Amino acid sequence: MADAFEPKMTAFVCNWCTYAGADLTGTSRIKYQSNVRVIRLPCTGRIDFMMVMKAFSRGSDGVIISGCHPNDCHYTSGNYHARRRWMVFRDLMDFMGIDLRRVTFSWVSAAEGAKWAELVNEATNTVRALGPYKEIQQLTAVGID
Amino acid sequence: MSERYTLTEAAVGTLIDTIAKSGRRVLGPKLVANRIEITDLKTFAELAQDGQAVVSAKGVVFPKVERLFKYRFEGGKTIALDDVEPNAQPTVLFGVRPCEARAFHALDVVFNWDSKDKFFNARMANTTVVGMACTKADESCFCTSIGSRPDDTQDSDILLSPRKAGGFVAEVLTEKGKVLVALAKDAFQPLAGNAELIPPATVAPAFDAKDLQQKLAAKFDSPLWAEQSLRCIGCGACAFVCPTCVCFDMQDEADTKQGQRLRSWDSCGMRIFTLHASGHNPRDKQSQRWRQRVYHKFSYYPERLGTLGCVGCGKCSRACPVDMNLKQHLAEAASKG
Amino acid sequence: MEDLNNKAKQLLESGAVKVVIGYGKGTGDTRRPIFVRAAEHTGDLVFDAACTQNLATYLTKAEVRAMGKMAIVAIPSTLRSILQLAAEKQLREENVLALTVLDGSLRELATFAAIEETVATIPDAISNADQQMIDKLTAMSVSERRAFWAAELNRCVKCYACRSSCPMCYCERCTMDSNRPQWIPVASHAVGNLEYHMVRAMHLAGRCVQCGTCGAACPVGIPVHLLTIFAEGTVRQHFGQKGGASAKLDYAMTTFKPDDKETFIR
Repeated sequence: MADAFEPKMTAFVCNWCTYAGADLTGTSRIKYQSNVRVIRLPCTGRIDFMMVMKAFSRGSDGVIISGCHPNDCHYTSGNYHARRRWMVFRDLMDFMGIDLRRVTFSWVSAAEGAKWAELVNEATNTVRALGPYKEIQQLTAVGID
Repeated sequence: MSERYTLTEAAVGTLIDTIAKSGRRVLGPKLVANRIEITDLKTFAELAQDGQAVVSAKGVVFPKVERLFKYRFEGGKTIALDDVEPNAQPTVLFGVRPCEARAFHALDVVFNWDSKDKFFNARMANTTVVGMACTKADESCFCTSIGSRPDDTQDSDILLSPRKAGGFVAEVLTEKGKVLVALAKDAFQPLAGNAELIPPATVAPAFDAKDLQQKLAAKFDSPLWAEQSLRCIGCGACAFVCPTCVCFDMQDEADTKQGQRLRSWDSCGMRIFTLHASGHNPRDKQSQRWRQRVYHKFSYYPERLGTLGCVGCGKCSRACPVDMNLKQHLAEAASKG
Repeated sequence: MEDLNNKAKQLLESGAVKVVIGYGKGTGDTRRPIFVRAAEHTGDLVFDAACTQNLATYLTKAEVRAMGKMAIVAIPSTLRSILQLAAEKQLREENVLALTVLDGSLRELATFAAIEETVATIPDAISNADQQMIDKLTAMSVSERRAFWAAELNRCVKCYACRSSCPMCYCERCTMDSNRPQWIPVASHAVGNLEYHMVRAMHLAGRCVQCGTCGAACPVGIPVHLLTIFAEGTVRQHFGQKGGASAKLDYAMTTFKPDDKETFIR
């Protein structure tokens, strides 16, 4: 039987909220799909917008970005800056033809273990239905003679 | 050793067709969204007979990005190197200007100077150049200032010259040219009687390159270069559209498992071109970089390599976002003292 | 134009400025940037509808600044660039004087406040052609847009004419030239081109004055100005902040409001 497509998901999460929340998911023994690779950063404010594009061109089919709820940032305002950045970058990505359905943004707190699992499952299911992100992955071979 | 034939326009179309059917790639100047590009040519009608491509044809033998080799990290200190064969697809450049044809020689002397560049040579060996003489020129052209002419045959394998009554005279100049003729013998009719060519374009010389070379010897410290380069913004437009510019950058792109070494176009006009790891930059001012461009092409090249580093096509001037107009600058450099 | 030449002459003769950055006759019907330092050369200055390039990029060029106080012949986008440069502390009021022609008359704008006042009276205008292009693109599907930009960026040779001609790209250490780490590939392959233009658009979001000079500078005709104009437009739309409006920094990308409204965060 041929292997069905399993999407590669990359998640950029903040250490203090979402990463802790994901830990809680585990300790609560809540199961969720294992397609995701979690990259821990101190704060969503540290996330460079290009990390999303790098993830795609390196083989990810979907990207999740998640951090503390507004007003709860461990560094007070990192997530506010991140929010602004994403509002602009999302529009730019869309304008340049990047499929926004493959990018999921969320606030997940350290107490929201269940939400993390739901988020990952939904995002993974969405991307599985969309298929591999060949358009961007294949770009790495284009333009080199 | 040249032989002359005539071709009707229809015959040229047949020739293009036949070349394509033989498995060779046919590239030529084509109008794409009101810019001329060197790109896939399918019919004679598509060929832009007047004007010049914005970016030169040098990408055929010296692409803007080229893979030189690949490597894999195999654990410990073991690195496996994987050779890459140059993508030397047999190609015919059809209908390029004589200046563009001449440029291949200037590339050749650099790529075969102290070492034989495998990639350039493989591509060049598989490239045939069918030039087309110019019956029109614009104010940026200056082929006659560098010792050439709008109907120069040098470095073309075949040169097509348009005839008054339509069609072309084809001058077959090299063995490579003969190979093309043999492919489509019926397209090439022997030339009987007068060629009756449309006269080549008039390009009044703005300066003399030999004279300029001599004058440059005494001008290194002249304030002229600072004056001329005030408006230069230090981009790479002139270098990248230029058919003879050959400077390149080497880039390794790798992750923890594997990588590749790429060669890509570089420009001496950019500020960090000569930036040393120490932080010192011998050409930190735009005037030094501008001077370098002129000297490289008009003094160092002829001195060391026996050929000019410029073919007078004028692409640099047309591409420059701030109208540096090299013909004017060079004429000025040649005229003062 | 006579007014302009006379004014320039007066400024140079009195020593009030050391250089007048303006437009001169270029090749054919074009205009080129000129740098008049001697009063007897002020006749070289021209100002007409063909003067479309934003000359503000020279206000941060070391060789020009070194000459002393600069006067600059300013089209509306140049005035906006001056304000944005001032806001980002790249220009001091005492080092620049703007000369602009509005409603047929020459105005000498010696302070940032005067420039702000003037800019406030000039309507923002993206050209019809550009607006149509942006509308056309936003009406396309995502994959159509992808195909459009892939085809356009395929021609990019990474000459950086766009970056070099932009008044706001004055960073001496541009992120594109960094190699520790090398964030954006240098080579002009598909990924290198896409990433470069994305980053540049983001770095201009909220700072771009929509002059279109980057797109005009591109030797291969890629409409890169649409990207920066779009990014600036997005900032305007979401946060009400726009590039080149004031000499006081009001930069949306380094500030925030706790109640910024978005529609996509779960």
